[in-house]
Amino acid sequence: MSGRDFILSTIRRNLRRGPLPEDQAAMLRGRLNSHPRQLIPARSRLPRPEQVALFIANVEKEFGSVARLADLAAVPGAVADYLAQHNLPPAIVMAPHPELRAIPWSDRPLLRLHEGRAEGSDQVSLQHGFAAIAETGTLMLPAGPERPTTINLLADTALVFLRASRVVGAYEEAWDLLRAEHHDALTGGFMPRNVMLVTGPSRTADIEQTLELGAHGPRRLHILLLDDDEAARAAA
Amino acid sequence: MLATSPAFKENAVHALAEPGLQKALARTKPHFHAKRASAVAALPEFEQLRDIGRNIKNHTLAHLDFYLETWEENVKRAGGQVHWCATAEDARAAVLAICQKAGARTVTKGKSMISEEIALNEHLERHDITPVETDLGEYILQIRNESPSHIIAPAFHLNREDWEESFRRAHTDLPADRVFHERRDIMTEARTKLRERFLAADVGITGANFLIAETGSSVIVTNEGNGDLTQTLPRVHIVLASIEKLVPTIEDTISLLRLLARSATGQDFSVYTTFSTGVRRADDLDGPAEYHVVLLDNGRSAMLGSPFQEMLRCIRCAACMNHCPVYSVVGGHAYGWVYPGPMGAVLTPTLIGIDQAGNLPNASTFCGKCESVCPMKIPLPKMMRHWREREFERHLSPQAVRTNLALWGFVARRPGLYRLVTRIGAAALGWLGRRRGRLSRLPLAAGWTKGRDLPTPEGETFFVRYARAQRRGRGAA
Repeated sequence: MSGRDFILSTIRRNLRRGPLPEDQAAMLRGRLNSHPRQLIPARSRLPRPEQVALFIANVEKEFGSVARLADLAAVPGAVADYLAQHNLPPAIVMAPHPELRAIPWSDRPLLRLHEGRAEGSDQVSLQHGFAAIAETGTLMLPAGPERPTTINLLADTALVFLRASRVVGAYEEAWDLLRAEHHDALTGGFMPRNVMLVTGPSRTADIEQTLELGAHGPRRLHILLLDDDEAARAAA
Repeated sequence: MLATSPAFKENAVHALAEPGLQKALARTKPHFHAKRASAVAALPEFEQLRDIGRNIKNHTLAHLDFYLETWEENVKRAGGQVHWCATAEDARAAVLAICQKAGARTVTKGKSMISEEIALNEHLERHDITPVETDLGEYILQIRNESPSHIIAPAFHLNREDWEESFRRAHTDLPADRVFHERRDIMTEARTKLRERFLAADVGITGANFLIAETGSSVIVTNEGNGDLTQTLPRVHIVLASIEKLVPTIEDTISLLRLLARSATGQDFSVYTTFSTGVRRADDLDGPAEYHVVLLDNGRSAMLGSPFQEMLRCIRCAACMNHCPVYSVVGGHAYGWVYPGPMGAVLTPTLIGIDQAGNLPNASTFCGKCESVCPMKIPLPKMMRHWREREFERHLSPQAVRTNLALWGFVARRPGLYRLVTRIGAAALGWLGRRRGRLSRLPLAAGWTKGRDLPTPEGETFFVRYARAQRRGRGAA
């Protein structure tokens, strides 16, 4: 008997039934297709300005940092200042995303940007944030040709460009955006090969239960938050 | 891994006399308690989420065959392969075959308890493949040739001096007289060493916290990012997962994730929660070209429909051991196999047999703390009691225990006799301790009185007093 047959038949025998009757299977398929939400905690059910403020507060609580920027033109300067402040070289590996290309980088000719996936030697990376979740200060970074996974992981300092209009309250809302906007050619579904939910920089507490930042992934996580959302800016 | 669970009592005695372990335990326990408590307090819906989590898992287990088949379809659609393994041996063989086909020489590994359960590293080494543990805690244990003593903080039993000594011994290419000023220096050295390994590995092996039927995804949760480097950089990604990791949808997974980190480390959310689905897509710039899931049963399907079915809800957060008064004084190694603490006391006998692990369900005070902190509301004490009964039924408990239990059972089933015996006992003890009000030695209980005195009974049993009070009450009425 194959492993598959053994496992499935043991499960059915112990559940005291054969394969699931078709009407029940149809009900379960219905549940998968409608993927109902469970309880969403009240903490992120806030007006837009407070939702963005909660996101920022949670990123900072998890040892990340955020720069709020009024327009795209402010991005290159904010990046240059951040790198200078932390004594980092002005060389960045950038995700090949159209929105990142649209940033007027030529205003800061000293910044050296190259597009592609990250390598072990890269010290600073710039990723494009697909969405972010205020509930816990979490970034959603789905993989794709324009958003390589290595950009999230290999550099010591990870910069992420994020539009405030893409900050949502709960995880479910970020997944709804992905379900609506992403098409995966291989499976015909929405799920890309990889989706990382990132909350702060890498860390470990394996040595005497003491928190240290920068275990294997980035030591620093800095978010460039573009204030493109009128409603969210109101109270800021 | 060879089980030393039959020697739990000796292991525990040894652990209690181990100063390094006791130092680590004293440091760790308050840390986990306080962090979980504050994370739970900050989420008013936590109790509701526990019910939701329990229901999701119960629903999945009741339809596990359906969800496994649906999940498999979706894994295949995303270019992945599923290897169904009934036993640990099958799983070891499946992993080895994938590695050999890939021509692998070194394999990086994210933290996986299934890997410990099937003793994968030894198997790979025997076939000239070098496994490299990349979770910082697992990395030092590999250097020291030790097993994890905790399911989420595998090296919590080590102190800083152990780390320094092990790194000096293992990293001989670095200056022997280098100074570790801070813990950060230890971590940085491991980071540098492991970075080379990540980039050179042919295959990456991770565990899985969840498998999602809806999308065919595997989910890992880490703080270090080692799991992500492990599964992103090599050409081949192997996921080790057991059948009870199944969850129907993304939304269901999210509800469980809201419970997991809070119960485990007391974080609101772990740093990296990553959903992997199949192979690198046509235009992707990175990611593995092969995606395999080695799906392990190893006795779990047999738990369905048994008194231990609810154990399959476990999401491996470790809250039960973090709050267990027994684990807190003996640590994880005393339990003698992969899974320690209350969840281990229930799971280990199902996986390696009650004859091997019968001591573990006995290593409990039945205080109930484990069940009260379990995010999946698993009735751990009830299941430990089931094991005790089975151990007794199968005549596996020691003769002295059996004789005394039989004697007690004989008396307890005869109320008149029971009252007589307890009356004599209470009177005798009252008389013995009449001067000091306490007893510092007790026949047949020398072990108990070695560390504390027994307050002297008042000379009467509860029954006698209760009966008198009842009579008085009736008289007054």
